[in-house]
Parts: sequence; C-alpha cells; structure tokens
Amino acid sequence: MKIVVLVKQVPDSGEERSLRSDDFTVDRDAATKRMNELDEHAIEAALQLVEEHGGEVTVLTMAPADALESTVRKALQMGPDRAVHIVDEAIHGSCAVTSSAVLAAALRTLEWDLVLCGAESTDGRVQAMPHMLSERLDVAAVTGARKITVSGGEITVERQVDDGYELVQAALPAIVSVWDTINTPRYPSFKLIMAAKKKPVTTLSLADLGISPDQVGLSASTSQVLHAAPRPPREAGVKVIDDGSGGVALVDFLAAEKFV
Amino acid sequence: MSVIHRRYGGVDRFLPTAEAADLLDLTVEIADRELAPAVNAAEAEGRFPREVFRTLGRAGLLGLPYSQEYGGGGQPYEVYLQVLEELARRWLAVALGVSVHVLSCYPLATYGSPQQREKLLPDMLGGELLGAYSLSEPHAGSDAASLSTRAVRRDGEYVVNGVKAWTTHAGVADFYNLIVRTGGPGAAGISCLLADADTPGLQPQRPERKMGLNSSPTAQIVFDDARVPADRLIGQEGQGFQIALSALDGGRLGIAACAVGLAQAALDEAVSYAGVRHQFGRPVASFQGMGFLLAELATQVGAARALVLSAARLRDAGLPAGVEAAKAKLFATDVAMRVTSEAVGVLGGYGYVTDFPVERYLREAKVLQIVEGTNQIQRVVISRALTPAG
Ligand SMILES: Cc1cc2nc3c(=O)[nH]c(=O)nc-3n(C[C@H](O)[C@H](O)[C@H](O)COP(=O)(O)OP(=O)(O)OC[C@H]3O[C@@H](n4cnc5c(N)ncnc54)[C@H](O)[C@@H]3O)c2cc1C
Repeated sequence: MKIVVLVKQVPDSGEERSLRSDDFTVDRDAATKRMNELDEHAIEAALQLVEEHGGEVTVLTMAPADALESTVRKALQMGPDRAVHIVDEAIHGSCAVTSSAVLAAALRTLEWDLVLCGAESTDGRVQAMPHMLSERLDVAAVTGARKITVSGGEITVERQVDDGYELVQAALPAIVSVWDTINTPRYPSFKLIMAAKKKPVTTLSLADLGISPDQVGLSASTSQVLHAAPRPPREAGVKVIDDGSGGVALVDFLAAEKFV
Repeated sequence: MSVIHRRYGGVDRFLPTAEAADLLDLTVEIADRELAPAVNAAEAEGRFPREVFRTLGRAGLLGLPYSQEYGGGGQPYEVYLQVLEELARRWLAVALGVSVHVLSCYPLATYGSPQQREKLLPDMLGGELLGAYSLSEPHAGSDAASLSTRAVRRDGEYVVNGVKAWTTHAGVADFYNLIVRTGGPGAAGISCLLADADTPGLQPQRPERKMGLNSSPTAQIVFDDARVPADRLIGQEGQGFQIALSALDGGRLGIAACAVGLAQAALDEAVSYAGVRHQFGRPVASFQGMGFLLAELATQVGAARALVLSAARLRDAGLPAGVEAAKAKLFATDVAMRVTSEAVGVLGGYGYVTDFPVERYLREAKVLQIVEGTNQIQRVVISRALTPAG
C-alpha cells in the first residue's frame, strides 16, 4: 500500500514560543524548529503498516525551505522512502483552511491509499486538517487513532475517546490522524541517517500545484489575528513564614483551594 | 579539511564529517532518553539491560569502527570513541559492554578469512547479537601467555577443556572469542576460536559479586569437552596471542574513552552540586578551595580526552598506536579514579550515600584501572617502548 504522511515543522514546544509583533504569526525565526512530535507517531504507524503489507511511504510537508534539514530529513531518517516539500514564500501566514487547499492539491499529484498525520500540531492545535482534506478530496477521515489495522481495502481504527475507544471502519483511500498512544516511534539508525541524505525530495511551488499566490497567505486567510498580547507574568505566590503557625496556614490554604 | 563543531552538555566536540555529527546527535538523544533514566535502577538491582543493547544495536551503534561492507558504521576511532564517551557519561556498564562487543568483533573482522567474514560478520555487527572475549583465566591474568585452556583438534572440531575467568557478558553473549592453547607453552602455542553461545560444553558460571558495574555480568566459563567446529579457528594456529594483543590495542582505547565519560559525569555532578549547596551563607563552589579543586578536575578531564583522541587519530591514520593507547588508558583511568573520588568529597556526606550517583562512579572507576591490562601493565608497555633495549 502507498501511504503519505503529513509532517509539519513546528517551534520546539519545550521552549518559550512567541508570535511576531507585525502579523501575529508564529515567530519561526526565534524558535528552534523541529518535526511536530505527533507526526513521528504517524510515520511510525506508516512504517509498521508497510512492514506488514508492503508498499511505500512518502512524507509530505508544507514549510519554509529550512524545514528540509530540521523536519524533512529527520522524517526520512526514520525510514520513509521519499519526501515532497512544498515551499513558497507566498504561503506565509496561511490559515488552516487555505493550508488544507495547498496540501489537498499536493495530495492530488500523489498516489496513495492512506494519508496519516498527527492528531494535532503543537503550535496550532486545530485538529481539523483531516476533516478539511476529507472534504476537499472526497475520502473518509478518521481522527484520533490509537490503533490502525488494514485488511482487504478497509481500515479499522480504534479511535481514542475520553472514556475508552470507538471502533471506526472506512474504505480506502482514507485519511487518519493518530495520537501518541498508537506506538513508540523508532530511533533513526546510523545507516538510515546516511541513507536519508540520498533519498529523493521533490520540491513543489504553488505554481507547480496550479495555485495562485493570492489564494493563500495572510490576505487569503479565513481567519485573522487582530491583536495578541503576551501572557501576563505569573504572580508571586504567597510566602508563609513558619513561626509555628505554618501548619495551620498550610491547611487553610489547602481548604481555601478545596484540596481538603 | 572542514570539521564540524558540536557542544554536548558543556563538552566541545569536533567531528570530521556531517555524518559523524549526526551520529553524535543520535547517540546523545538515545543516551538521554534510554540510558540516563534506567541506569540507577538497573545498577541497584544488578540487572543486565539486554533491551538497551538491542536499542543501541538497531540504531547501528554496535559496529561503528568496522567496514560498511559488512554492515559496520565505517567510522574512525576518533568518532567511535566519542560515541562511547557519551554513552559512558550516562551509563558506564553499557558503554563498557559496547566496547567489549566491538573488541569481540575485532579478531574476525581483522584476521578472519573472507569466507568467515562474509558468513559471520554481518550478524555480529548487525546489532541483534552481543559478543564476549575470553582471554583471562583464574591463574593467567597479566601474564596472559601462560593461559592453559586447551583446544585439541579432532575430527573437524576443536575440543576445548579448561576454565576462563572474568568474561564480561558471560551467560548473556551470543558468541565468545576463546583464546586457547592448541600447541606448546608460551605465546606461540595460542590460537583464537569463535564459539557460539550454544556450543555444547560451554558453561557460563554464576556471575561474580562485584563492587561496581553490577548490571554487567562477569563470570567464569567452564569448558567441558566443548566442541567448536574447526572452521571457527580465526587466523592460523599459533597466531592467537598476536590477535589477542592487537585486539586489546583498540580495546584499551575503548576503556580509556569510557573513563573520560565517567570522569565527565562525576565532574558534572560535582560542579552542579557545589553550585547549589550553601554553607556559611554561600554556595560552596564560591569558596576558592572548592573552585580550585573543580578547576583542577576539569583540567584533568580535558587532558584525558585530548590524549585519548590523539591516540585515536594515530590509529585512524594507520600508524602503530599501541603505546599511545596504553598512555591514554593509563592516564584516563587514573583521572577517572581521581575525579570520582574527589566528586564524592565535593558532595560531602551526600556523596557517600546512594541517593547521589557519585559513590557508584567511584566504585565503577576502580575497575577501569584493572581491565584490559592493569595500569601497571600499561606502564610496562610504555616503558618498554621508551627503552627498547631494556
Ligand atoms: C569487571 C571485570 C571484567 C573483566 N572482563 C574481562 C573480559 O571480558 N575478558 C577477559 O579476558 N578478562 C576480563 N577481565 C579480567 C582482567 O582483564 C584481569 O583482571 C586483568 O587483566 C588483571 O589480571 P588479574 O586479575 O589476574 O591480576 P594479576 O595479573 O594477578 O595482577 C595482580 C597485580 O599484579 C600486578 N602485576 C602483574 N604483572 C605485573 C608486572 N609485570 N609488573 C608490575 N605489576 C604487575 C598487577 O598490576 C596487579 O596489581 C575482567 C576483569 C574484571 C574485574
């Protein structure tokens, strides 16, 4: 089977992240960039399916040129066969809806039975990409998988919900997003790291996809951030000097916060 | 030549290629995520972490200095040793295990026939198997040429009888290098066999109870009519001692790199503790007596690393490096002994209890002065080279 994994470059969620002051988009320059963590689980799921059923895995990303090393190569080091990288200055500032139009256009140029992606990205956390792609490409979207099995042109997904899971079936082709509960992503190996340098990466521009620059970017976005302010600094906590009454003060605090 | 600079936990590294830098990144990632969180429990329980070696093997870290043609990483010692050092910084027993495995692949990789190499080496370097190296015996340690485990060739097999001592990975290894006597007394009567773990009559004994390195099993192996196929002779009959010594040249560099990693770990712990421990109203690191001690230790660790890498480059250039390897092993392991001991002191009473890792570092450092040639033997090697006539 042929699987495309959507991979996103995000600012490292372990670090302080900020928005640009001019257009309130994510400040990518200030951040260490890396592959969205959940996407590693999507790649692992794809590799496992291909190990079981045969086939090939393509990584698809829409990101600035510097994502080639931070994200595309890192993804390929886990084992996918090739990558497609959509790079175009005009894409900057695109909202989720316009992004989905670009990704859908790229997916139309590829052959696939299954598209996998992370359930959300750590920067946007919209969680809606599978649904939007499903509308645009007219295939089923199944979100939040914790297990995927494929047999005879059908997928069965255990869809993680708060109090357990739902069993969802769909005909292929389909789009499935995954949570981190689905697997433990493998480490790249030294050999795969070296092999990844030689794996084919196709670069596509908007023109290659037949999309004009005015259909994307900040101006074409369906939503706009009008204002943003930094989160107020945390207030200093209450300091209790233990002059013998510390225990009582502690219990009062816990009672006030309804812990006891 | 362009070199790539990377800094890992305050240690500057220069890597000769982009792939070597990627390799160090991968090593540090795995070391931080798989080794560091598991070391304390495994050492306390004395549990051999087979799964950790499997992870390292799958990542390609168990065959780094060997040819890519046979599935190795094709890396120079300069790079391989820095990988070992970063592993040892998180978990000495695992790094030492990697070094022993690499040592165990050396006889076949270097002296094996093309047929032997093609048949066996890819699996040995592939990451799923683990090797052991049995040279020492209860009565033959430093004087290894006096070993007495005997192998007699009979009907296409070597029949092995005797006792090997101190074998790292005894009982958990998949293959064993056996340095045995096939001929008369002395070095000329010694040969090297490569035996599978399931060889009938190869009987690993109860692991020794050691003062450190408790996650790494060390045991005697009793050979009771153990039958090793004759095509598992590595090199020629009588060449075994030469093979064993030449393997140890690389092994000593491995131990030296482990020592640098251990010393660095102890230094890191001492520095961070001295920075936060307050006495007399200030961090103890701010007392000059303490600051100068830490400065001294940091300098020793840096010097040890430089000596190890300089010996490695000599080896990578194809030049004789045995004496430099002996210097590196001697110096780096003595530095590890000193730094770990001082680190216990830096933590005061807290250094002496198992809540902090430095007491374990101290116990672990000692073994590095003993294995793969005691430091007295390293001095013998170095002094003989200085005064060849003597
Ligand atoms: C944890 C551990 C793991 C080990 N793993 C392995 C392994 O995987 N494979 C293996 O084959 N061996 C292994 N060894 C054995 C190790 O290599 C030997 O212990 C070491 O070579 C010393 O031999 P010995 O213990 O017999 O000491 P001895 O040789 O008896 O030495 C006793 C003392 O005499 C000194 N001495 C000896 N000769 C001289 C000399 N000429 N001049 C000055 N002083 C001298 C030594 O320095 C030492 O202080 C391991 C040992 C340990 C503790």
